Amino acid sequence: MFSLRRQHPSFAHGIHPPEAKDDTKDLPIKQFPFAPVMIVPLQQHIGKPALAVVREGQEVERGQLIAAPDGFVSVAMHAPASGVIQRIGLAPAINGKMGPAIYIKPFAGSSQEVAEGTPCDLDAASADEILLAIQGAGIVGLGGAAFPTHVKLKVPEDRTIDTLVINGVECEPYLTTDHRVMVEQPQDIFTGIRYLLKVTGAPRAIIGVEANKAEVAAALRDAVPADLPVSVAVVAVKYPQGAEKMLIRALLGREVPSGGLPSDVDVVTVNVATTAEIGRLLPHGRGIQERVITIGGPAIRKKGNYRIPIGTPLRFALEYAGMEENLSRVFLGGPMMGQALPSLDIPITKGTSGFTAFTTAQTSAPGEYPCIHCAYCVDACPLFLNPSQLGLLAKSGQYERMADEFHLLDCFECGSCSYVCPAHIPLVQRFRAAKTVVRKRRAAAS
Amino acid sequence: MSQPPRTLEIHSSPHIASGASVDVIMRNVVWALLPVAAFAVYSFGLAALFTLAVAVLSCVATEQVLCRLAAAPSTVRDWSVTITGLLYGLTLPPALPLWMVACGGIIGVAMGKCLFGGLGYNAFNPALVGRAFLQAAFPAAMTSWTPAFADGRFSSLPASTFTFPFAAPEYDVISGATPLALMKFEQQLTASGELLLGLTNGSAGETCAALILAGGVYLAARRMLNWRIPVAILGTVALLAWGFNLADPLHYPPAGFMLLSGGLMLGAVFMATDMVASPITHAGCVVYGVLIGVLVTVIRLWGGMPEGVMYAILLANAVSPHIDGLIQPRVFGTAGGK
Repeated sequence: MFSLRRQHPSFAHGIHPPEAKDDTKDLPIKQFPFAPVMIVPLQQHIGKPALAVVREGQEVERGQLIAAPDGFVSVAMHAPASGVIQRIGLAPAINGKMGPAIYIKPFAGSSQEVAEGTPCDLDAASADEILLAIQGAGIVGLGGAAFPTHVKLKVPEDRTIDTLVINGVECEPYLTTDHRVMVEQPQDIFTGIRYLLKVTGAPRAIIGVEANKAEVAAALRDAVPADLPVSVAVVAVKYPQGAEKMLIRALLGREVPSGGLPSDVDVVTVNVATTAEIGRLLPHGRGIQERVITIGGPAIRKKGNYRIPIGTPLRFALEYAGMEENLSRVFLGGPMMGQALPSLDIPITKGTSGFTAFTTAQTSAPGEYPCIHCAYCVDACPLFLNPSQLGLLAKSGQYERMADEFHLLDCFECGSCSYVCPAHIPLVQRFRAAKTVVRKRRAAAS
Repeated sequence: MSQPPRTLEIHSSPHIASGASVDVIMRNVVWALLPVAAFAVYSFGLAALFTLAVAVLSCVATEQVLCRLAAAPSTVRDWSVTITGLLYGLTLPPALPLWMVACGGIIGVAMGKCLFGGLGYNAFNPALVGRAFLQAAFPAAMTSWTPAFADGRFSSLPASTFTFPFAAPEYDVISGATPLALMKFEQQLTASGELLLGLTNGSAGETCAALILAGGVYLAARRMLNWRIPVAILGTVALLAWGFNLADPLHYPPAGFMLLSGGLMLGAVFMATDMVASPITHAGCVVYGVLIGVLVTVIRLWGGMPEGVMYAILLANAVSPHIDGLIQPRVFGTAGGK
């Protein structure tokens, strides 16, 4: 209500869910073992699925290209382990549908060395060559969106980028992967920033870190190489500070236009773990075949941060990390925006920043009351939407009106409105359904 | 290694919640009203106790019966009807015949709340709907006041309390005019200190401004009341009263008297702030509050009645959806942004 704690810059509105990061934030990243069978979906990103370039029965080496990008909005896939391609077929995906995937059975006695590829030389490569290298390395937004990074970096011809924002906020409760990457891989981050500055033409970069990681920010600040125009900014602890529109508002005071992109305000944002991967992989010509995830939540015994091979089945990961008896819900990501898993047979993909598991007691859903217009949601929505009004319209099926008059399509489903709602109305769920209908109708009409 | 569970619960995100709940909010409003109710009983004795009890019971019973008739789950446990009952009782003259108290409670909840669809859908504050009905149906009884702090108030009841339904109530010889009536009809001013402490006559719960304000501060601090509404109402009334009093001190009472007398405090803090019947945006709440403030001042200074808080709030309730239609939050990244 009153902004007494406004020492650090932030955005207006937002919420303060429990951060729940203390269990894992100080645990170093550990290598996760190989599962007996890995499942590498050909579509782990937004865009077109990759095309498999291996055959069933073929032997592959860890890090070897196994699927090539199909068009511009698509990225490459690499083998997570040295082994044999068991089969190429359908595998369950998070959306409940089946999608094409490559099954790999790792060799038991292999050293699992990753071979060097053709390096992307920072000084010699052009911006377009770096973009190709990023696409070839299979890099997507590791914060969870899984949008192909090279597409995001392709700045429209008529825009000049003046600031590269590196997103190290990680506002989702329980997740500490970006935290650990910033502690353990500062040099990879700086190398990644060099590539990104060259690609975007931006003269400077700002690393945005939430105030609950102030010591990480201080260490990063001390480690910035003298020749690199990078500053580290601490932003207030508030959810959803990690949303790119909110971070840009906090750091630069600019508002990305409704329906627009950061480039409309001369900014490109890249997640800090994605930046670190670019810095780690490109100099060696390698691709993403593993990523850092947090396995946490009250129902996990061995909570921690792990470097886990892409394609590790969730069931294997959960069994390794150990579960409490009364585990009843598993979320891909954290509890605010993470999707509840209908099955444990799906694999870890590039967009998986972690998973959290809860027991029944902690997640019993209370009954729903009618909306009492308390305006808690209006005060929480970081985009200044009117979730109360949207919720009432959704209830009566007025989806078009929601989109036309109340900016439904701006909603990025951060969940702040549902979180604060004293009537326990599943607002985000209703908005998601409404958005799907509106998009389908619009696609059908055009 | 433990075994994975056989069943997984799925649900749309977010999967955690703040713990805020409608029944908790409503219950806290009841807590905030209890000191006000206790003071009403202290100053008016058994008469106020009976009035409040019948008011709450009639409201709760009405909602319970109507839910049953509608074959819908009972909603009395969300505590909102308890607030309605308490607030309604606190706005009544303490010696009002109990059968009238029950009538107003039934009408208020049935017509003011359940007819619209229950909690969340009521256009008007149900407590005020009940009171407005009584004001129209029994104007004489609604303006017959008992004196506060009367001797024997804890041992005997006023003759009017147990009036037989539809019979004319009998009042004791000594009646207690309210500060507003004294001002309006006899140009007699009551000291602000007395009004603040509740030493005057009036409706059961409107006399002690200090306790009402304390309840409001408690609720505002817990974010269960939008402080902009009472601040806008009281600010507007104070500003207008100060201006008129400055221009013509003989005809217009000073601002302090206007703020502390009558039902303004109770109305501004507990009635106008009914979440359902007030606008949703902060800017809208300010407009709504200013509107109530202007209406209260106009009715009090130039109307035929000494008090105007009830009609001012009911009128503003009716306008509230239109305020929402005109004032919406400015969406991030749209015109007006940087």
